[in-house]
Amino acid sequence: MQRETFEPRIIGFFCNWCSYRAADGAGTARMKYAPNVRVVRVMCSGRIDPTFILKALALGADGVLVAGCHPGECHYIEQNYKTIRRFAMLRHTLRAFGIDERRVRLVWASAAEAARLAEEIDRMVEEIRTLGPLRWPSTAGHDGAHLHDVERILHEHAEAMEVAP
Amino acid sequence: MAEKARANGEVRIGVYVCHCGSNIAATVDVEEVARWAAQNLEGVVVAREYKFLCSSLGQAMIRDDVKEHRLTRVVVAACSPHLHEKTFRRACASAGLNPFLLQMANIREHVSWVTRHRESATEKVKALVAAAVRRVVHHEPLEPLSVPVNRHTLVVGGGIAGIQAALELADAGYPVYLVEREPSIGGHMAQYDKTFPTLDCAACILTPKMSEVGQHDQIRLLTWSELEEVSGSVGNFHVRIRRKARHVREDVCNGCGFCIEKCPRKQIDEVFEAGMGYRKAIYTPFPQAVPKVPVIDEGSCIWFEKGKCRICEKVCPTGAIDFDQKDEILEVDVGNIILATGWDLFDCRRIPQYGYGRLPNVFTSLELERMCNASGPTGGRVVLRDGVTEPKSVCIIHCVGSRDLRYNTYCSSICCMLSLKLGHLILEKTGAKVYACYIDMRPNKKDYEEFYQRLLDEGMLFIRGKVAEVTDVPRTPQEEGKLIVQVEDTLLRKQRRIPVDMVVLMGAIEPRRDARETGIKVGIACGAAGWYIERHPKLDPIATMTEGVFIAGACQGPKDIPDAVGQGAAAAARVQGMISKGTVLIEPVVATIDEDACSGCRVCNNLCPFGAIDFLAEQAVSRINAVLCKGCGTCVAACPAGAITGAHFNNDQISAEIEGLLWDAAGDRGPEAAATGRPLEPAGVQE
Repeated sequence: MQRETFEPRIIGFFCNWCSYRAADGAGTARMKYAPNVRVVRVMCSGRIDPTFILKALALGADGVLVAGCHPGECHYIEQNYKTIRRFAMLRHTLRAFGIDERRVRLVWASAAEAARLAEEIDRMVEEIRTLGPLRWPSTAGHDGAHLHDVERILHEHAEAMEVAP
Repeated sequence: MAEKARANGEVRIGVYVCHCGSNIAATVDVEEVARWAAQNLEGVVVAREYKFLCSSLGQAMIRDDVKEHRLTRVVVAACSPHLHEKTFRRACASAGLNPFLLQMANIREHVSWVTRHRESATEKVKALVAAAVRRVVHHEPLEPLSVPVNRHTLVVGGGIAGIQAALELADAGYPVYLVEREPSIGGHMAQYDKTFPTLDCAACILTPKMSEVGQHDQIRLLTWSELEEVSGSVGNFHVRIRRKARHVREDVCNGCGFCIEKCPRKQIDEVFEAGMGYRKAIYTPFPQAVPKVPVIDEGSCIWFEKGKCRICEKVCPTGAIDFDQKDEILEVDVGNIILATGWDLFDCRRIPQYGYGRLPNVFTSLELERMCNASGPTGGRVVLRDGVTEPKSVCIIHCVGSRDLRYNTYCSSICCMLSLKLGHLILEKTGAKVYACYIDMRPNKKDYEEFYQRLLDEGMLFIRGKVAEVTDVPRTPQEEGKLIVQVEDTLLRKQRRIPVDMVVLMGAIEPRRDARETGIKVGIACGAAGWYIERHPKLDPIATMTEGVFIAGACQGPKDIPDAVGQGAAAAARVQGMISKGTVLIEPVVATIDEDACSGCRVCNNLCPFGAIDFLAEQAVSRINAVLCKGCGTCVAACPAGAITGAHFNNDQISAEIEGLLWDAAGDRGPEAAATGRPLEPAGVQE
């Protein structure tokens, strides 16, 4: 069943204005990067419901890459700040589920940063490759190992809501 | 849901995979993808591959298939939707299919051009096609919103590009607000003496245009003003303009200039004179300024400094001086915005080995322009920093901060011609020996090469090599008291030391220092080098990704005068097209609230930066104003009741896309997932 080398499947959520264009730019410039990221185009990173990310992981993705405009450069003025907040909260949820935080990444890539985005993709693919397949939710701990995290989440959620850019 | 729709006989999908010549087909097995899609993907009734889908034949094929196979959905796997989504939407529409029942899979920019191996590229394409097919099932027919276009236009920047754009629009009968941050319009062109390659005088061709702007009844000229804030969207922008306190009343001043004459404070003019000359504390940058109304610079005025003086007030025959004037905010409504904000000169101090700022007789190109100008600080004489001595030898150094990985990778494109023009002027005015050290000569437009030949004939000396250093430390008696240019002559293949009296640095043309901030105000971005990003680098260099915002002149990239004028006119033509049509269609990608499901919690209210969400207190529900909504979808993701739907990016569509992208991952899922079988649903779609 196992392939010789593990090829992770990563779902990307890229905002239409910056990161998706950066990915287009990487193509136009014929940069080469790992083929493991499959991209969903959203108008803004603020559209990304954290459940989309959980859904991708539950359906077999080994990682999720969220990419948006740099803070302060959002096409919709400030919506990526909301992404930052949600992301901080999602991290806690992931921890509670026993999912390594490195599997879900938030990066900023402006429309001009094709090279940077390609690098981020390559780096993430390599990192997930070393982490191995996720196979969630079967790996999620129902044995009490993560109960501590679940408790902590209640405290930290409040804190996360205060996250400043 | 797909099953339901299919049972109703509604979902009949056509899948089209493009070769794009060999752009896709060389890396992706397109035949295999089409075959696989037809056999494996639910709802697909026809799947084809084609050489060039965007060609008229390709589009006709889709159109015919829609009719013949009664397709209800179309998936095109080709280039980025940013490139051809409109093309294929039109193809659908021409077959009577709502254009929003199309979904594109980006298999060129995101796969074939970036992937090395055919096998993994094909595998990725299958996932993208599967996602598009799953997603398109959930697409709904949408109608674009039509909004009226305000006939007023805002032009930001009063250089030659902005002037041209404003005049074209005004002459066509459309009102224009022209905003300029300096006291006068004219921009960089007003600083020049001659223009290449014809050597006609810049002022002679510019000032008539400037006064036309000043007198035009359709142009409201707002100098000494800055763009403060922009809201709204194409057709209906609302703009706040800061009118900086001029301390001279524009409606009263007659431009006689007594105040300037009598003002006792002299100040180095860093802007218009490039630090080469002086201006008063109350000033117009140059005699032909438009408007003629001067400005009091609070930073240098004795009254603002010490609370004494007010001489200008005493001599003013019309009582126009007003020391109490404050900044004002002017609010205007416009349909379109043209940015023509121009460029800044590279700070030559950043290359210390060239000595600018340290060695007095090293000048920038702009300083020399001012010196050559008959109405400039030296009355048109080319002299050393002492103000009297004419140089006997001059070296012009090209590519200072351009074509240099340490500063700017790009070519500033105008400097070769600028160097030739300055070389000609120096030869003409002083008879000095003129050297130019270049990397490559690039006089690449109409009549430019001829001008280069002319300078070769006139005896300008060209040395191919990048200058290492400019120094005043002599090695031989001949070098005593000179500036020595150390350069490797790559044609002679030897190091040379050229002793000269004057060095002129062709500094790079750089984006405005605040280009990024200005861009953010109107919702457009800068590329890596800092120039505004056009909608398409070849086919649409005027428009931007934000509808209703156009760019002209050097803010889009280094440009000479004819190119800047051409872009100014082109931007005006685009705006005229919008205005003469009268309405603009806006993508119906907006959010709506199901008021029956809305609990009135108001979580969404604070999330919208466009104020598109109103809370209706009586019904205790929120409602979205479709005209103000820009469709980012942040409220959709935030609604705890799942009452908000983002058209064309709704939960069903995105979920289906995720499922499609992971069509091949089921086997890797753990046994539990397989057992429960129900993946997580986004908030709000649980039945």
